[in-house]
Amino acid sequence: MAEKQRGRASDRLRSGISRRDFLRGSGALAAATALRTATEAAAAPAGAASVVGPGPVPVTLTVNGQTHRLKLEPRVTLLDALRNHLDLTGAKKVCDRGTCGACTVLLDGAPVYACSVLAIDAQGHKIETVEALSPDHPMIQAFVDHDGLQCGFCTPGFVMAAVAFARQNPECSEEDVCRGLSGNICRCGTYVGIREAVVEAARKMRGAANA
Amino acid sequence: MLKADFLKTAWPEPGKRIWIGKEVNRIDGVAKASGRAKYTYDINRPNMLWGKFLICPHAHARIKRIDTSQAEAIPGVRKVEIVQGEGSEIVFHGDEIALVVADSEELAVDGVRAIKVEYEVLDHVVDETNLDQIPRGNRRPGGRRRTGNVDEAFASPEVVTIEGQYGIPMITHCCLESHGVVAEWTGDDELTVWISTQNVSGISGQLANALKIPAGNIRTICHFIGGGFGSKFGPDRWGILAAKIARELNRPVKIMLDRDHELLSAGTRPSGFARVKLGVDRKTKKVVAWESTLWGTGGPGGGGTSISVTPYIFTRIPNQRREAYNVRANVGPRRAWRAPNHPQGAALTMTALADAAAALGVDELQFFLNNVDLTDRPDVYTQELLIAADLIEWRKHWHPRGESGSGPLVEGLGISMHTWGGRPHNSQALVHIYPDGSVDVQLGSQDLGTGTRTVIAIVVAETLGLKPEQITVQIGDSRYPPSGASGGSTTVGGVSSSTRRAAVDALEQLFEKVAPSLGVEPTDLVARNGRILSKSKPDLSVSWKRACRTIGMEPITGQGRQPDPEDQPLASQGVGGVQMAHVVVDKDTGVVRIKRFVAVQDCGLIIDLKTAKSQVYGGVIMGIAYALYEECVHDPITGRRLNPNMEFYKLPGIGDVGEIIAHMMVGKVTVTAPDGRKITIDYDEPGVIGLGEPPVISPGAAISNAVANAIGVRVPRLPLTPDRVLAALAGKGGLA
Ligand code: FES
Ligand code: FES
Repeated sequence: MAEKQRGRASDRLRSGISRRDFLRGSGALAAATALRTATEAAAAPAGAASVVGPGPVPVTLTVNGQTHRLKLEPRVTLLDALRNHLDLTGAKKVCDRGTCGACTVLLDGAPVYACSVLAIDAQGHKIETVEALSPDHPMIQAFVDHDGLQCGFCTPGFVMAAVAFARQNPECSEEDVCRGLSGNICRCGTYVGIREAVVEAARKMRGAANA
Repeated sequence: MLKADFLKTAWPEPGKRIWIGKEVNRIDGVAKASGRAKYTYDINRPNMLWGKFLICPHAHARIKRIDTSQAEAIPGVRKVEIVQGEGSEIVFHGDEIALVVADSEELAVDGVRAIKVEYEVLDHVVDETNLDQIPRGNRRPGGRRRTGNVDEAFASPEVVTIEGQYGIPMITHCCLESHGVVAEWTGDDELTVWISTQNVSGISGQLANALKIPAGNIRTICHFIGGGFGSKFGPDRWGILAAKIARELNRPVKIMLDRDHELLSAGTRPSGFARVKLGVDRKTKKVVAWESTLWGTGGPGGGGTSISVTPYIFTRIPNQRREAYNVRANVGPRRAWRAPNHPQGAALTMTALADAAAALGVDELQFFLNNVDLTDRPDVYTQELLIAADLIEWRKHWHPRGESGSGPLVEGLGISMHTWGGRPHNSQALVHIYPDGSVDVQLGSQDLGTGTRTVIAIVVAETLGLKPEQITVQIGDSRYPPSGASGGSTTVGGVSSSTRRAAVDALEQLFEKVAPSLGVEPTDLVARNGRILSKSKPDLSVSWKRACRTIGMEPITGQGRQPDPEDQPLASQGVGGVQMAHVVVDKDTGVVRIKRFVAVQDCGLIIDLKTAKSQVYGGVIMGIAYALYEECVHDPITGRRLNPNMEFYKLPGIGDVGEIIAHMMVGKVTVTAPDGRKITIDYDEPGVIGLGEPPVISPGAAISNAVANAIGVRVPRLPLTPDRVLAALAGKGGLA
């Protein structure tokens, strides 16, 4: 999915207010994010008002190329399904409400906050988690080379957001990275290394197979 | 064990260091960045239960009635434990009332919602900003100090008097991995706890008291921790409850605090407010008198900012009179927060000094240089001030306060200085060399993200002539030899000392084994580049792997400890540090942006330059966070915390921090002082000194000073949010 297209899609909430407008209005300093939100992902099948739950229902998730059949309560988020039911703990739970990006995974190639997507709504989509990346993936290597991590708790989320960003922006500058990754928060203060890492990895990823 | 003593433990000379002081990648970087590293939050055990707390929604209340029956009736809820029962007085929003343990996280949430509590709401105090309005009963003296004769000094016609009021609010740690634990019993009195902790070797002992089992039966594991910053030293209420309920239900129990709970209950940094009066000699431009009234809160127990940090660093001001008050308030209780008291000290002192410089019309850099002899390390600060000034291009960008042009965008520069101890903590290490040539090192330490694992690997590699990636570092488990808690920048000195001694001890033993096969004395051998070589016969050598074959069946075990009274010290304490900020302020919107931030830092001998710099970047960014964004906001009417979430407890994002330059003072540095004197200091000479705290101390003051320089008035308290900047510009609460 093209970066522009993704930005537009993510800006529209069901309410008709764009997320960007909303953030501007609320004076948020950590700029708008290019990540898709729960509301948007959940908004998909308009008019299909079938009621499921509240007890566990069958849920089929395609994660990193593998199909998993689970029984989950409809309220279970994609993040909790990954972490608590599939033991894929690379995506972290930090704020659990779409502000920090630590839970970032890719849904059909686009970054989403997994804490803000219901597992049932992620069915039928291609889900990629950090575990899908080989440890020698250029983005991971660049984070290590530029020391873009300390405690590492925000890092997998940053890496996934950065991979999606870099696939679309191979020629990005540090300034672009600041905009593209503004939906992720690091408490240890690793931004200096991350800015350098993403610029470098984006160039390396172009042409690299499986990046 | 053979106890030979022919190798020196002293750190290698500058030209002879292979790894020490170089930029080495952290050895656990890939594990973390690829999501493979397992943190406490990531531990899933078979048959595991989840615990969630019901927390108090009031700042001050008495519990009249609790009804847990509906929670208990939910299928899958296994236990409802009342933490503070009927009649208990709750003294802050967020304190734990009850714990629900259930088959799943979702069911535990249901259980919490089903508990009915009736509260009698009591009066609260949550606003400590105005000392005169704090009820008498909530104020306690925090000390008085006197030096010289302040009244005489202020009365002198030679002395100019400057007064100001400054403040730095309560903030919280906001560790991205919230506090929590997984407890699993492996026998009647045998427990394993995975816990997010800065204190791997110290948790078992604290838990043992509560659980009444031998401490040695408790295994504490923390391989990775998602931030601590001073808030994770004990097992906490949740650790003890998880262990007790796991025993009772005979199933593993996991409790991770929800974000709101974590922000409300798991630690705050005390606030600090001060009225300051400075006296400066008109001619010499030296500070001759300091008077201050300091107050702040560390929560319901009082405990504000320590009187020892006002004035901060400039402790040799000859005439001083100061007093302090601790305010008991119905807000989250304090815990150590990276460099306890120092950021407050800097924010209350460096600001006053900069205001004095502005009032006297003196260049801020000149003023600080002129007064460095009021500190304990004038030469270090002189060097660091001059180097930082170069890096921020002080001469090019400096202008007197407020003389920043007529447009809405104005720029300014500001300075702050700091100090920290960073003494080495106690530590024991074991280094094993195996017959197959592999090497591991074990310490009951932890890596908070500072690079501890990597530092340990570098020290062993340097000592044995190997590469860091050849060393297996085993930490994060209480089964390894005890090492101190990681707090106060004490870890790097402690673990590098014990590890160095253990590695040297192991190497001596290896040399004794290898020497006969080479026909030389053990004292004739050195380890370098993966080989053991003879010093006297340069072409006589053997590869590391071959050498290790002489070990025999059992591995060599080298032991090291810190402190070691039989050995010279390898680490010490006491650093300086200077930071300068270059900001841009939009006078129409009040928004402050960092253009460039310079941090000049000494920390003794640096083991890994790459992770050391990261500590400085990280400290500066955390500092920018509390300078511009962070604050615990309380509703004066209800007393509730209004922002226990990450939407409104603001942290800067990647685009909010500007350009940051970290300059480490390494080796011999010579700088010419303003008076023409050549100052030379060997920064490596004291050995290893901790670094985690110092770089986080100064940003608040440096940025506040830069904003004052830009807009012409002081914004009297942090964080420098747009509303406060605009208020200061409008003449409300500003200080010219
Ligand atoms: S945990 Fe999903 S955005 Fe923070
Ligand atoms: S590395 Fe610790 S939160 Fe980012």
